[in-house]
Amino acid sequence: MSSPSKILKKDRLASFLERLLQERQVFAPVRKGEVILIREIDSPSQAVLEYRNAKESPKSVLFPQRETLFRYRAEKGKAEVDIPSGREQGRVVFGIRPCDARGLLLLDKVFGGDCRDPYYADKRANTVVVSLGCANPNPACFCLSMGGGPCSAEGSDLLLLDVGDRYVAEAGSEKGTALLEDEAFEKVDEETVALAEKVKRESKASMKPVALKEKLEEQLERLFNDPVWKDLTESCLGCGICTYLCPTCHCFDLCDEAAGTTGERIRVWDSCQFPLFTQQASGFNPRPTVKERFRQRIMHKFSYLPETQAMPGCVGCGRCVTECPVNLDIREVVTSLSEGNAR
Amino acid sequence: MMENPYVPFLMRVEEILAETDDDNIKTFELSFVGKADEERFVYTPGQFAEISVFGKGEAPFGMASTPTSPGRLAFSVSKIGVVTGELHRMEKGDVVGVRGPLGNGYPLESFKGTNLVLVGGGFGFSTLRSLTNFILHDSNRKDYGELSVIYGARRPGLLLYKKDLEIWRERGDLRLHLTVDKSENGWQGHVGFVPDVARSVAPNPRNAYAVVCGPPAMIQFTLPVLKDLGFGHENIFLSLEMRMKCGIGKCGRCNVGSKYICSDGPVFSQQELSHLTTEAHG
Repeated sequence: MSSPSKILKKDRLASFLERLLQERQVFAPVRKGEVILIREIDSPSQAVLEYRNAKESPKSVLFPQRETLFRYRAEKGKAEVDIPSGREQGRVVFGIRPCDARGLLLLDKVFGGDCRDPYYADKRANTVVVSLGCANPNPACFCLSMGGGPCSAEGSDLLLLDVGDRYVAEAGSEKGTALLEDEAFEKVDEETVALAEKVKRESKASMKPVALKEKLEEQLERLFNDPVWKDLTESCLGCGICTYLCPTCHCFDLCDEAAGTTGERIRVWDSCQFPLFTQQASGFNPRPTVKERFRQRIMHKFSYLPETQAMPGCVGCGRCVTECPVNLDIREVVTSLSEGNAR
Repeated sequence: MMENPYVPFLMRVEEILAETDDDNIKTFELSFVGKADEERFVYTPGQFAEISVFGKGEAPFGMASTPTSPGRLAFSVSKIGVVTGELHRMEKGDVVGVRGPLGNGYPLESFKGTNLVLVGGGFGFSTLRSLTNFILHDSNRKDYGELSVIYGARRPGLLLYKKDLEIWRERGDLRLHLTVDKSENGWQGHVGFVPDVARSVAPNPRNAYAVVCGPPAMIQFTLPVLKDLGFGHENIFLSLEMRMKCGIGKCGRCNVGSKYICSDGPVFSQQELSHLTTEAHG
């Protein structure tokens, strides 16, 4: 273990969060009715760290469901465009799960690259990700099969591992190492390190692997026109909940909200599962049925993104498995496609 | 590319030209409101831009103008949706937003020293008009070999850029083959489908590129003709269309296989496309 580690005793967590709150916006799991959501907190007591995973992914912290890109004023013969100031306050995303932290890495690639997305990138640059390793992954979780792990530090600036009355905090970046300077953190001892290793081992061992073909992306290309898709998508309602809850789905729409001569250009989440997503003004739609739209989602995640971004568009968080109204299980879909034929 | 790729700059409507007798396609000539935007807007034929009608939204259009005529951009707009409907209601002096140039454009460097066959149909002809006028410009003509243009519309009244077609017809350094699916009003020209015209014109594939831009059916039937004539996959370029929003490869909707039409295209060789899984070309 080469990354800098320290101990954070649970009774010192509140004071640590208190200090974070003085300087930055802190987003953490909070209880809203029956569910846990990642929301901005204003007091350490709001953070709930005994939980399995949040209902929604934390992507909205950096990629809000609705975001103003600019305001305009347009009258006959003239127009003005006003861009909101790019100054983003420092943010801490605290206590998210390692799968979701890893999901941010994919968003980084999509919104970074040759053409940087300033709205995402400005927030991201000032964001520190503190994740919380999973000792008890959900039955629907499959992060391990997607290249991550229940206690993977990939994508986290700081990873916390719950070892009873304390957390072991492992820094995964300079930002994370800087957090360890806080007075709440104490020097780590061998016994605690051993406990943390045990948590890592056991949580990993508790997960059932998904049977995926090596080079699945090539297999999927071969199967693009296979009748298997019809079979696989028979039950899909096209509701799009899988894409809304997904930590890596990032498709969006741009639209104008007008009020007289002024208005805003906004960016809102969109979904490849909706028929209008690709319907052209002429009425022609290259993805006219659920079959093509579902196939696009699978191809994008498991073939196109591995090719273009060297990473699948799935971190195995299991939300789409849990929340699909017809129990369409993405693990079964990719297994079935790995086998390469219709059931 | 501008620093914030989502924010349009302003352009003013200078000319509006009704292209078709059904009034459904108009060409808008726009001038840059800001001098800096004009200097930044360096483009090649085949690229496109997103035009904003503030309050209605954006839509993508290929530049129908050429960089050899600086100071103005031309876009041909078919009245079909919310943004295009609003554009058609615009008048001289009105202001729109523009983001671009976007996309890759035609591979002009590869085209140099070769013979070119441009095959266009209907409304998809706008960027081929740009390419043709670019090549015909005095400063460029010597860099390219023979130029053939095959252009068809459903009927004569729907042929775009009639002034250009007249000028091109008079020139000795361009072979223009116009065709319509259906004759009307004493049309003296050829009647027939674009792929059939391509077959009878039979351009020589040696040291030549074909560029195809038009409706899906035209593309579908033109590609086999070019293949029969001896054009290899790597010597055929297509300009593709799909619903777009961001124009910069982020919003996730215009992909063919692993490529985004907006940022990897819209121009692809048939060679590139043959490696892509895709629902539909065109």
